Amino acid sequence: MSFLEYAPAPESRAILSLRDEYGLFIDGEFVDGRGTPFQSVSPASEERIATIANANAADVDDAVAAARRAHDRVWSRMTGRDRGKYLFRIARLVQERARELAVAESLDNGKPIKESRDVDVPLVAAWFFYYAGWADKLDYAGLGANPKALGVAAQVIPWNFPLLMLAWKIAPALAAGNTVVLKPAETTPLTALIFAEIVQQADLPPGVVNIITGAGDTGAALVGHDGVDKVAFTGSTAVGRAIAKQVAGTHKKVTLELGGKAANIVFDDAPIDQAIEGIVNGIFFNQGHVCCAGSRLLVQESIHDEVVERLKQRLSTLRLGDPLDKNTDIGAINSREQLERIRELSDAGVAEGAERWSAPCEIPENGFWYAPTIFTNVQTSNRIAREEIFGPVLSVLTFRTPQEAIAKANNTPYGLSAGIWTDKGSRILAVADQLRAGVVWANTFNRFDPSSPFGGYKESGYGREGGRHGLGAYLSPASVTSSGRTAPRAVEASSAASGDEKPSKRTRRPARPAKKGAAK
Amino acid sequence: MSRLAVPKTYKLFIGGAFPRSESGRTYEVRSADGGFLANAAKASRKDARDAVVAARGAVAGWAGATAYNRGQVLYRIAELLEGRRAQFTAEIEEAEGLTRAQAGAQVDEAIDRWVWYAGWADKFAQVAGNANPVAGPYFNISVPEPTGVVAIVAPQDSSLVGLVSAVAPALVAGNAVIVVASERFPLSAISLAEVLATSDVPKGVVNVLTGSPAEIAPWLASHSDVNALDLVGAGELDWVDLEIAAADTLKRVLRPEPGPDAAAPALDRIAAFTETKTVWHTKSLR
Repeated sequence: MSFLEYAPAPESRAILSLRDEYGLFIDGEFVDGRGTPFQSVSPASEERIATIANANAADVDDAVAAARRAHDRVWSRMTGRDRGKYLFRIARLVQERARELAVAESLDNGKPIKESRDVDVPLVAAWFFYYAGWADKLDYAGLGANPKALGVAAQVIPWNFPLLMLAWKIAPALAAGNTVVLKPAETTPLTALIFAEIVQQADLPPGVVNIITGAGDTGAALVGHDGVDKVAFTGSTAVGRAIAKQVAGTHKKVTLELGGKAANIVFDDAPIDQAIEGIVNGIFFNQGHVCCAGSRLLVQESIHDEVVERLKQRLSTLRLGDPLDKNTDIGAINSREQLERIRELSDAGVAEGAERWSAPCEIPENGFWYAPTIFTNVQTSNRIAREEIFGPVLSVLTFRTPQEAIAKANNTPYGLSAGIWTDKGSRILAVADQLRAGVVWANTFNRFDPSSPFGGYKESGYGREGGRHGLGAYLSPASVTSSGRTAPRAVEASSAASGDEKPSKRTRRPARPAKKGAAK
Repeated sequence: MSRLAVPKTYKLFIGGAFPRSESGRTYEVRSADGGFLANAAKASRKDARDAVVAARGAVAGWAGATAYNRGQVLYRIAELLEGRRAQFTAEIEEAEGLTRAQAGAQVDEAIDRWVWYAGWADKFAQVAGNANPVAGPYFNISVPEPTGVVAIVAPQDSSLVGLVSAVAPALVAGNAVIVVASERFPLSAISLAEVLATSDVPKGVVNVLTGSPAEIAPWLASHSDVNALDLVGAGELDWVDLEIAAADTLKRVLRPEPGPDAAAPALDRIAAFTETKTVWHTKSLR
């Protein structure tokens, strides 16, 4: 036994009391789905966890109708104070059931228990606690007095942070007075369904939160549903693009939180010990299944060899294995499909001439696994330097000057996040100013907080989640035209005149115009 | 004997210059009572692309200028417009068939909107930004930054005020703009370009195209180097197709706004073309 080998320390699964089958959560109750049910499996063992209902178009109709009723009859009429109290209740219930949720998350998703226990679930509680307090303070959200909820929100979330993404979506939506229909990812529905039980325990009015499970077609039916006023999606840029097209010409408001290819820039004066830990956290946290992962390491040429050497040493100490083991650093890849994608892109890296190095670790027999991997000698044109890999694979590139680092960092259609490692404070600020990315971490990486807006530039999507900005994504000003209230006089007069005649939601939707002849 | 007037040739405004359309095309602009006013340039796909190149080149400088500086430049537009009030009033009166008072009111409104937005330049970040009280030893701050290159289909039913209402807010935070002017009333747009060209607005920050929005807008909507698309005046076009085209590069899109209230002054219009950047700084005594 080397000093790296620890005795197994598995977190007990006894805390879970899972059902064998889960239905859809619509109008406050679990109901059968009308599509063909599917299995959720543990990616670490490929064991079946439970059978999950599959929502078809009729189920989507029911869920949206329940959300609409709940919005019109209950939630939109409730005081902000009471909405807030419900959210506070949910935050507390999440805290009370934190261990259970963490175990379920690691089981279903494959992420290490130390991450689900110490990062995901605490942040879930924090998210509800934060937005609970906003519910009766919407006048301070920056949209003027009496902002209005949008109505029914369709929310589609990914498999990388199943419960956390649920919290990012549901908490601000409910605080703002919307009701929701949320679809968790096909491979990770479990914690969302336990969350449905929490919603019941909180005695939330039926229909305020509806959770429907299924695959991409369920999501598309939800996003495209006429009864939906707001679409919030986190996932791949390809699907985000499809959603943007699907909602074109409707009245729906959209926020998209999509892919990334973040640059993590390490200058030669960086605090090297922290930087190594930060690089590891940046790309190997959650097996690299992180949209804002620091998958492109830009290291100043003079320290390249030292950084790569130390990274290899550090990666050699990471423990890959059972997600429920408290000593595990690297869990399972979420699905066979994702594993294939990582392998394919990684092989392309080798084929394009980059050098691959993988940490020497034992891969379990069952389940989906990928050893932490570094590519050196990577060219900016290589696919592994351009495409989101969404796995534990780091591409190392070099730079000489800050200008070159900035240019390389920005040389991507993505713009979600970036990292800067240097001891020089003024350089941090100047570089951060020039990075075209929505979140910049200086001498840290992958930090999240409910009070801190998160979201992308360019093709990483639009809109923000977290903070006051995240609340605004679920609100509209009291009257569309009265937003000119601070404007010059003529506008004030005209907006006052039209202010009383706010068109209804249905009539406000612009109809697709008939095709005009070539306009001269 | 009365003096023979000297009419103006109206051209495009791209990269600070006034070129004719590379296509060599023009179209006739007539007054409200049907009289000939001018041959306006009919911009082509190539002109639109040239305008995008000019705008892209101007973003860094304009976004990098201090907010105080941008505010002064926008205010200077108002100053110069005020000085040319009579010219714009006459132009609008003739083109739109308004009374002199109505045309003058439109010019006044346009000037006042420049003033309103000019004042926002060095305040917007304070109102839209945040210090975030995160649960950890971090200084965490969110600030708005310009989205980049914004393509605008200006409101089609006015000469000046609609155009200004769409262009000014996009400039506040530091975006560069390509605007397709009103097809029926393009002349004031080019006259405004003359004001912009002489009011310290860096070249390329505003580019004005005249011609057919139906023809030009699709090229802007699908252009990969355009970051945002304001369809405020595109209500009569196949704007859904434009929104779909814009989705290919996930452009930020503002949908059409009908009526005289279109693009009313609002903080939202500034915010629509900004991105929130959040920066986490570690705090430590070591």
